[in-house]
Amino acid sequence: MTADQRKHLAVLAAIWAALLFAPYWMPFFGGYTALGSRVLVLGLGAMSVNFLLGFTGVLSFGHAAWFGLGAYACGLTLKHIALSTPLGLLAGTLVGGVAGALLGALLVRRRGIYFAMVTIAFGQVFYYIAFQWLSLTGGDDGLRGFARQPLDFGLFQIDLLHNDIYFYYFVLFCFAVAVGLMAFILGSPFGRTMIAIRENERRARFLGIPVELHIWIAFALSCFFMAFAGSLYALVNNFADPRMLHYSLSGDFVIMAVMGGMRTFWGPLLGAIVFVVLQDYISSVTVNWMSFIGLLIVLIVLFFPRGFLGMLRPRRTA
Amino acid sequence: MLELIFFNITNGLIVGAFYALMAIGLSLILNLSGVINFAHGGFLVIGGYLAYVLTPYIGFWGALIVSPFLTAIIGVAVEWLLIRRLYGRDPLYSLLLTFGLAFIIEDGTRQIWGANGLPVSVPPALMSALSSRFFFITGYRMFMVATVAIVVVLLFVLLRHTRVGVRIRAGTLDLETVAALGINVRALRSFNFAVGIFLAGLAGVLAGGQLGLEPTMGDGLLMPSFIAIIVGGVGSLTGTLVGGLLIGVAAGLTAVVFPSASDAVMYVIMAIVLLVRPRGLFGEEGMLT
Repeated sequence: MTADQRKHLAVLAAIWAALLFAPYWMPFFGGYTALGSRVLVLGLGAMSVNFLLGFTGVLSFGHAAWFGLGAYACGLTLKHIALSTPLGLLAGTLVGGVAGALLGALLVRRRGIYFAMVTIAFGQVFYYIAFQWLSLTGGDDGLRGFARQPLDFGLFQIDLLHNDIYFYYFVLFCFAVAVGLMAFILGSPFGRTMIAIRENERRARFLGIPVELHIWIAFALSCFFMAFAGSLYALVNNFADPRMLHYSLSGDFVIMAVMGGMRTFWGPLLGAIVFVVLQDYISSVTVNWMSFIGLLIVLIVLFFPRGFLGMLRPRRTA
Repeated sequence: MLELIFFNITNGLIVGAFYALMAIGLSLILNLSGVINFAHGGFLVIGGYLAYVLTPYIGFWGALIVSPFLTAIIGVAVEWLLIRRLYGRDPLYSLLLTFGLAFIIEDGTRQIWGANGLPVSVPPALMSALSSRFFFITGYRMFMVATVAIVVVLLFVLLRHTRVGVRIRAGTLDLETVAALGINVRALRSFNFAVGIFLAGLAGVLAGGQLGLEPTMGDGLLMPSFIAIIVGGVGSLTGTLVGGLLIGVAAGLTAVVFPSASDAVMYVIMAIVLLVRPRGLFGEEGMLT
C-alpha cells in the first residue's frame, strides 16, 4: 500500500466517522439532527449534479426538476398508493429518473451554454405543472398529508417519524448506498470515459467512444441519483412544494458543487454543508439573506472558482 | 367570439413584443460574450424603479429616455467590475455570477423601495381607450408596441449599417478574427453589453407603466425570453424576435380555449422545435451548440 492510498483511506475513514457520529458532535456546534439529515440529502443532490458537471463536463442548470419530481412522486405514493417508505423512495427515484432520461435523449446533442439554457427552460416545465395542477399537487401551498412510515422488518419496526436520530441513520444509509454506487461508476471503465469526454471530447470521439450515448447515460444516471435525493427530501420534510423544482434550487446545487470543488468527489458535500448551514444561519439573523447568498456566490465565482477542495489539491484532476 | 380571439391575439402580440425586447437584449449578450445573463430580469427591475424615481422630476417621457440609459451605465459598470473577468472561462462561471447578481438586485430593490407594488404614472393622454368596441386597445398598449417596434428597427439598422454594428455581428461569428483585425474587443463587448441592458431597462419602464413595479417582476419575463431565444435559434436576432412574438401570440390564443395552459404552451412549442429543428427556427448549424 502506497502512502497515497493510505492517506486516501484515512480521509475516507475520517469522513465516514464524522458522518456516523454527527448526531453526537453536531449539538456542540449549534447543529441539530434534522439539519444533519437535510444537509446529507442536499449534499447528495449536489454530488449528483457534480456527477454530470464535474466528471462529464456537462452543465445542467435544471436538475432541481428531477429532485422535485422525485419528491412529489414519493409524496404522492405515500399519500395515495402505499404506506411504505421504501416504496415511496423507489417510486420517486423511478419517476424522476425516467423523466430525466427521456428528456436527456432530446438534449444530448446540445453543448455548453446552449445545453444549460435548454435544461433551465425544460426544468421550469415541471415547476409550472406542480404550480398549476392544484388537484394533484396542491399548487403553491405544496403537497401535504403524507408522512414517512416506520420501516417494517417483520420481527421489529424502526420508527422514522418520531425519532430524529433513527431517521438520520436511515438517511445516512441511503446516502452511503447512493454515494457508493456513484464512486463505483466513476471508478469503472465507463467512469473513465466520462472523464475522457470532459477533458477532450474530440479526442474521445476519435478513440471511438460514442460520446452522445455516454453523455446521455451520464445524464440519466445523474437524474436518477437526483430523484433519489429528492425523494429523501420529501421524507425529511414530510412535504413537497413547487420551489423544489425551481431553477433557483438548481442554481443552489451548482453553487454547492462549485464551492466545494467540482473536480473532486467529496467537494459538493462540503459545499452543501457550508451552504446549507450558512443559509440556515443568515436567514435566522437577517431578512436580507438573499443579498448575502448572492454576494457569497459572486465572491466564490471571482475568487475561489476551484472550490475548497480544489484549492487543496493544486493541479491534480480527480 | 371573434372579438375574443382578436382581443387575445392583440394581448399576445403585446406580451410577445415584451418577450422579444427582453430576449433580444439577452441574445445580444449571449451571442457576443457567451454569457447567459441571469440578472437580465434584475436590470429590467432597475430600469422600472429608476423611472419611478425620475418621473416626478422629468415626467414620463423624460424617464422613458433617461432611465434606460442609466440602467445601461449601471450594466456597463457591472460588466467592467465583475463579468469582464470571466470572459474566456467556462460559461458556468458567468452564469453563476449573474445568478448571484439577480439575488442581490432583487433583495436590494426590496430593501430600497419595499416589497409592495408601485405605479409608474403614465400621461393620461396615453391611458384612454382608442375605440369603444375594441376597448382593450388602450393608447398605452399601442404606444408600447410602437416603441418596441421602433427600437427593434433602430437596433437592426445599427447592427447592419454602422461600423460598430457590423463588428458586433462579425464578433458573433468569429471573435478571434475580429480581434486579430485590430478591433478593441473589450470595448466592443462593453458597448454590446450596454445595448443589451439598455433594452432591459426600456422594457422595465414600459412594463412599469402597464403593470406597476415589483421587485420580482423580472422573474416572470426571464423564462419566456430564454424560450424565445431557443425557439428562434441561438445566434439569430431575427429568430429571437420571431420567437418572442410567436410564443406571445401562441399563449394569447391558448388563453381563448384553455386559459390555465397559456403558460405551458411556450414549453410545448420549445419541445416541438427542439425535436423537429434542434437549431431553432432561424438558427444556423454549428452556432454555439
